[in-house]
Amino acid sequence: MIKHRKIFYIISGILVAISLAAFIIWGLNLAIDFTGGSLLEVEYLPAGEASEQVRPSVEIVKEAVGGLGLGNISVQPFGEKGLLLRTRDLTEEEHQVLLQSLGDATQKRFDSIGPIIGQELARKAWTAIFLVILMIVIFIAWAFRKAGRPVASWKYGVIAVVALVHDVTIPTGVFAALGHFYHVEVDILFVTALLTILGFSVHDTIVVFDRIRENLKKGIGNSFEDGIERSLGQVIGRSIKTSLAILLVLASLFFFGGEATRYFSLTLILGIIFGTYSSLFLASPLLVTWYNWQQKNGKV
Amino acid sequence: MVKTRFLAIFLLLLGFFAAYFDAATFLPDSLKGFSPEVPFRLGLDLQGGIHLVYRADTSVVGKDEINTSMSGLRDVIERRVNLFGVTEPIVQIQQQGGENRLIVELPGIKDISGAVALIGETPYLEFKTQRLQEESDAILADQKNGQRLYEDPYFIATQLTGRFLKKASLNFNQTTFEPEISLEFTSEGGDLFAKITKENVGKPLAIYLDGAPISVPNVREEITGGHAQITGHFTSEESKTLVQRLNSGALPIPIELISQQSVGASLGEEVLHKSVYAGVIGFLAVALFLLFWYRFIGVAAVLALAIYASVVLMFFKIIPVTLSAAGIAGFILSVGVAVDANILIFDRIKEELRGGKNLGSAIPEGFARAWTSIRDSNISTLITAIILFWFGTSIVKGFALTLGTGILISLFSSYTVTRTFLAAVNLKGEGKLSKILLGIK
Repeated sequence: MIKHRKIFYIISGILVAISLAAFIIWGLNLAIDFTGGSLLEVEYLPAGEASEQVRPSVEIVKEAVGGLGLGNISVQPFGEKGLLLRTRDLTEEEHQVLLQSLGDATQKRFDSIGPIIGQELARKAWTAIFLVILMIVIFIAWAFRKAGRPVASWKYGVIAVVALVHDVTIPTGVFAALGHFYHVEVDILFVTALLTILGFSVHDTIVVFDRIRENLKKGIGNSFEDGIERSLGQVIGRSIKTSLAILLVLASLFFFGGEATRYFSLTLILGIIFGTYSSLFLASPLLVTWYNWQQKNGKV
Repeated sequence: MVKTRFLAIFLLLLGFFAAYFDAATFLPDSLKGFSPEVPFRLGLDLQGGIHLVYRADTSVVGKDEINTSMSGLRDVIERRVNLFGVTEPIVQIQQQGGENRLIVELPGIKDISGAVALIGETPYLEFKTQRLQEESDAILADQKNGQRLYEDPYFIATQLTGRFLKKASLNFNQTTFEPEISLEFTSEGGDLFAKITKENVGKPLAIYLDGAPISVPNVREEITGGHAQITGHFTSEESKTLVQRLNSGALPIPIELISQQSVGASLGEEVLHKSVYAGVIGFLAVALFLLFWYRFIGVAAVLALAIYASVVLMFFKIIPVTLSAAGIAGFILSVGVAVDANILIFDRIKEELRGGKNLGSAIPEGFARAWTSIRDSNISTLITAIILFWFGTSIVKGFALTLGTGILISLFSSYTVTRTFLAAVNLKGEGKLSKILLGIK
């Protein structure tokens, strides 16, 4: 595996580059959690036994709500009988006007978030992101405090952080693309999922690095590279198994858990997959690369 | 040995009673038996209901009065909310970024828009006096230029507002037979009213309700005793609701709805069913996975996992933890994390076996060696959960809480409980038997 590390570097490099590009070009489609605004979900139920489609087409609805003076309203079909309408944040009177203009629709959900609450949530999210990153870096420093040879402990920490960045960048890129093509929105649960990924990613990298350090201490392997290769061979099975167990529950959440947590579980699934990949195929090979580079420079 | 077996049986019983307690809510009466019936507490997104956030405009009261006004406001809203007869409504004050807010949650309410309208109706009563002519002219001139648009050019607010109101009642004028509203002030309000009327004899005194003038009588003389009459051109129906609203609480300070989230009961039920379904499937998938990979010791892990799930759900009921869709997701995720530790341990055991140890020594060795990895790897997730709990909104808090408690309890269950079970069975087998039991080729 280590031998082919260049291939893994290239794969990761390309994925991260594409993700960054998607994020920079398209940005994230922020939900009303952060921007403020209103979201109305309605359902058109067929009257009587007929199971015919009673939901009016998006064009008809757009025309009906367009003249209400409620600003720009986005209308999207939702499920089989539902519609999802997004507007600026509405007062209760405006909400009722909008609801009445939709005819026989039954309201299933209405969220209206003022811009102040939105800004506040965005600020809170940033604070949480910052704090989690800070604490995780401190934790990494603590976890790798014991002196290691032949690679210094802090280098394990730096590589763990590199893997972390890799693991959150890719899901973010995926959601930038999903937002651009499918209008998938990024809400507070997405941020929560990303922060949870941070926790898992470190967790996975630590399990792998722990084994590497243990083996290096015992002097297993003919060379540094061989020692790491063997360590990987020992942990790859269980690393994949632990991730599989988590992926199993996440997959059931994704497929059966309903809309409320669908994208939340998708974010976590992506994070777990790339987190496992990066601890095995990015973080460990990077140790070798760093070691070799260190040797070369030391000799010169 | 006897002690370990005793402990194992105790753990099994604990799991069984916890599961029974969890399920009691859903069992028919004949099977409920002795289990106390405690329902799960469901969040608004699962049982339907509304979550409203109001901003209180505290600029109308002095700094030192903010707290009393806010609790007055809460009491008034609470009284209104109680009219809906929902169980466990929440009305709470929140201070956030220099703002005073009131959070109202009505779980399980059916008539959502009616409720929002009734709470939001703010019979905010004000008494205003006339501005000086120059001031009026100045404001009007500015308004022509598009400035000071939000100021009332003719009247200026006094300190007397609805919070000094003790009681309102409906009368009919003896001569005109038009409805009249009598107001009775508190003693403080009576003094204020006397002072205002004294200073404004011969001038108009405007009575504003919800920011609009409803009556502008001229003051004939100073009125002491704390009583006032409002005669407007009300129908008797109008004046009746007005009196009701004033009595059920003239709000001490004006409020503004800045956020609302409402979920229909049917949607909530759908989300709940799906979440539970996903949880059951996830649990079964993980259980099969463990049995497939680890065979016999997998059984111990599955038992530990079942005990874990039952005990956690029992805690959710007892504490109680309000379960939202995200909270259930956190719990489901913790089921995946819970087996994580088991996988680390079991793989270590297998490794020790391959290294030539027999089962009797491989099992304790595997547990001991896997411990540091388990501890370190769960700390990072715990850190994240704690910070999310601290900073999150209610949705995120629910997730962080279930994930965090889940991880803590799972550390115990996957380590201690599994070990107890394996020790109780006391595997000593060597060679072939243990290989078959553990699924090693």
